[in-house]
Amino acid sequence: MNYGVVRYILGRILQAEGCFLVFPVIVGIIYGESDIWAYLITMGICLAVGTLMSIRKPKKGGLFLKEGFFVVGLGWIFMSLFGAIPFVISGDIPNYIDAVFETSSGLSTTGASILTDVEALSRTNLFWRSFTHLLGGMGVFVFLGALLPMLGGNSMNLMKAESTGPSVDKLVPRLKDTAKILYAIYLSMGFVEAVILVVLGLPVYDSLLLTFGTIGTGGFGVLNTSISTYSPAIQWTITVFMFLSGVNYAMYFLILRRKFKSALKLSEVRLYVCVYVICVALICFDLRNYYSAFSENIRQSAFQVSTLLTSTGYMTADFDKWPEFSKSLLIFIMLVGACAGSTGGGIKMSRVLIICKSIKKQLQMLIHPRAIKKIKVDGADVDHDVVRATNAYIAVFCVFLAASTVLLSIDGHDFTTNFTATLATLNNMGPGFNLVGPTCNYSFFSPFSKIVLIIDMLAGRLELFPILLLLTPGSWKRRL
Amino acid sequence: MRIIVIGCGKVGLALVEQLNSEGHDITVIDNDSNRLKSALSNLDVMTLVGDGTSYTTLVAAGVERADVVIAVMDSDETNLLCCVIAKKASNCKTVARVRNPIYNGEIDFFKRELDLGLIFNPEMTSAEEIARLFNFPNALRIDVFSNRKIELVHYKIPADSKLVGTKLMSLRSDYHCNLLVATVTRNDEVLIPGGDFVIAENDILGVVASRSEIHEFFRTFGVGTRKVSDVMIVGGGKIGYYLAHILIDSGIHVKIIEGRRERCEFLSSGIPDADIIFGDGTDRDLLVEEGLMNTSGFAALTNIDEENILLSLFARKYAQKTVTKINRINFDEVINQLDLDTIINPNTISTNLIIQYVRSLQYTMGSNIENFRKLSDQAEALEFVVTKKSEVVGIELASLRKKSNVLVCCITRGDKIIIPGGHDKIEVGDRVIVIHNGSEIHNLDDIVD
Repeated sequence: MNYGVVRYILGRILQAEGCFLVFPVIVGIIYGESDIWAYLITMGICLAVGTLMSIRKPKKGGLFLKEGFFVVGLGWIFMSLFGAIPFVISGDIPNYIDAVFETSSGLSTTGASILTDVEALSRTNLFWRSFTHLLGGMGVFVFLGALLPMLGGNSMNLMKAESTGPSVDKLVPRLKDTAKILYAIYLSMGFVEAVILVVLGLPVYDSLLLTFGTIGTGGFGVLNTSISTYSPAIQWTITVFMFLSGVNYAMYFLILRRKFKSALKLSEVRLYVCVYVICVALICFDLRNYYSAFSENIRQSAFQVSTLLTSTGYMTADFDKWPEFSKSLLIFIMLVGACAGSTGGGIKMSRVLIICKSIKKQLQMLIHPRAIKKIKVDGADVDHDVVRATNAYIAVFCVFLAASTVLLSIDGHDFTTNFTATLATLNNMGPGFNLVGPTCNYSFFSPFSKIVLIIDMLAGRLELFPILLLLTPGSWKRRL
Repeated sequence: MRIIVIGCGKVGLALVEQLNSEGHDITVIDNDSNRLKSALSNLDVMTLVGDGTSYTTLVAAGVERADVVIAVMDSDETNLLCCVIAKKASNCKTVARVRNPIYNGEIDFFKRELDLGLIFNPEMTSAEEIARLFNFPNALRIDVFSNRKIELVHYKIPADSKLVGTKLMSLRSDYHCNLLVATVTRNDEVLIPGGDFVIAENDILGVVASRSEIHEFFRTFGVGTRKVSDVMIVGGGKIGYYLAHILIDSGIHVKIIEGRRERCEFLSSGIPDADIIFGDGTDRDLLVEEGLMNTSGFAALTNIDEENILLSLFARKYAQKTVTKINRINFDEVINQLDLDTIINPNTISTNLIIQYVRSLQYTMGSNIENFRKLSDQAEALEFVVTKKSEVVGIELASLRKKSNVLVCCITRGDKIIIPGGHDKIEVGDRVIVIHNGSEIHNLDDIVD
């Protein structure tokens, strides 16, 4: 492990976080709240520590895949640890572990909260809490990649670790340009949503926060009731934008390049739309007696499927009280998740696609043992490494799921709670079922369980391996 | 600029590395995904697995938006086909590597009829460079400019040289040499020396002037300028073939040692005036038997770098001039420590040609890059043709606010060669050679701050 490079990049990340803290300070000034001091102090700490760490530039090179994964994993942990400081200083979340939970939940775009009363937070704190979604959604390292070519072409190794999906491809040859395009799509989508919400009658502050939660597929709201008390028009708007945020950004890029044919042919997006439509239809049918009006039925189904498929975690209905079939279906789509290359969480559609094709291949191998068959997606051969990495991902996912469920059960809560809490954090969802259902929160867990959940959230956002690497002792060795 | 490179072999990789560091948007196409992955995972370029001759692949690589398409695959025919298809698919410039001797006389025809921007033959260019060295064996490296009228000669100062301890300005005042010491390489570092610089042992001088002036200069200081009388070439590949031709044309006797029977027969029918020896070039006894001890020139041109290094180290004891071909320069720190005389890297040579072409497409304001040579990691020699009036034209050089590490070495005006002093001016129509160390010089105006 090349600690010089790791230290330098971590320093840069902290400096960036310090700069981002300007935004809550501006909000605090607008609303005249005293919390800005908490943010100014934290900003000072971040900038000072960050500058100290990055003052000496490391020698050229040395940022390989291993260091990339390592530094991204550590970077997100650092950001969570430092981003939690203002909540503690301002006194709104006095317990540091709770504050870290809230921050990592925001950064990982999970949206799980330990707050019993969201509305009691100051506007500054509430803004920072939602703003972490915006940062975490597309990724901080991607953002830095757009601004500064940190260490030449090797920065690709950072983006590989932070971006979602089984194989990370650039949209255009230059990493910097790719990152810029991604952020341009991301922010313009957010801008459109915010404008629509303002037009529909929401205050600018609320629209911004809801937008952060939507396009980052986070799920932190402004009200204790999440989205359920807003007008149907607002709910529909959020439904649509949640759905759009779960689409692979490569499709938007193809549309921008006017390659509509190839955009429509992306098999991952097709599968995503199919799963979405079928699940909404099935749940609608299942809920035909639950809601009297069809318009409400379809709105609730569409919203809930959107929020769980993209791992956002907003809610308009207490789906914990829905019939068992709908609940089971919701757990299934929680697992599947959104498209690769989107801001959503979960296993990702492209992995599901690869796994389905592997299963098909395996079955064919049983029938024709000598058959040679290549797995293809969108007409191109899927590299054997990608298939292997996908299988490994699923295996590691199951290990995380099992281990975390067992560790949570030490607290003595029921299985559904522990299992869905793990699932909801590992998939960056937010609400689960039973005690962690849509109307509840995570405050009752013990500090130990909260730390487990924090690791789950960050591991889920970074697709397991960067965090797993940090937990592997061998990777910390300085030599060979 | 947006550049598509087809083929990720040795040349392709060297090219991509250099172009990438110059800040271009690069997409690399190769049909071997492993090769792409291992070679380019640490470079900021886009890769595409596929066949460069396929229209679909080229479109997927964005040929419509590309400025230049460079084909450097193994086969000449494939390269030409790639370029033709790319040219039909979009309005890009195309560059092809064509190196088979059978096409040698047809380059101009291809260029004109297939509408190619540049055809390059690294083996041919390497052979030309090597041949120049055998014609002036005391030079370490010779670069030519202005239609071969001007040379930049690198010369290593031996311990007993009369030049040791001489101040550079006294060369002109005391010895009346009309030339310029443009660079001095000391301890692997390229310097642009001032007039009071004192020459020391083991310095490598980079001298710019016309060939006759340079020969005059070396004779003054007791350095021989006679060409070698005979050359032994180990390895009868493409460079060896071209080299033998050029050397024989300039009256040097050539003996080629080659280990493949069919190749020997091909060489024998292609170069009837050379001695072709069928045998293992790494066999010490064979080399001695064929007269290595008495040869004055030796070129190690096999495909294995290690063999070439070993052979040259051995031949260095007997031959007046040895040239070693090294393809992979990754271990250049180690190689530079060896007493190897001249090292030739065909990859660098082709990279230089393409960089020169790409830069000349990129910067066409007022001056065109005519020649581009990399002297070290940082230092470059560039030749510009001044086509338009610009801010450096018509002003005395002394009153230009030049960047500190930039030197205007030579101005060619018609047949006149000017080694410029402070009162000389650059005029429209001139050819100007500029050497710099670590600046960004893309056109002539860049030499001023």
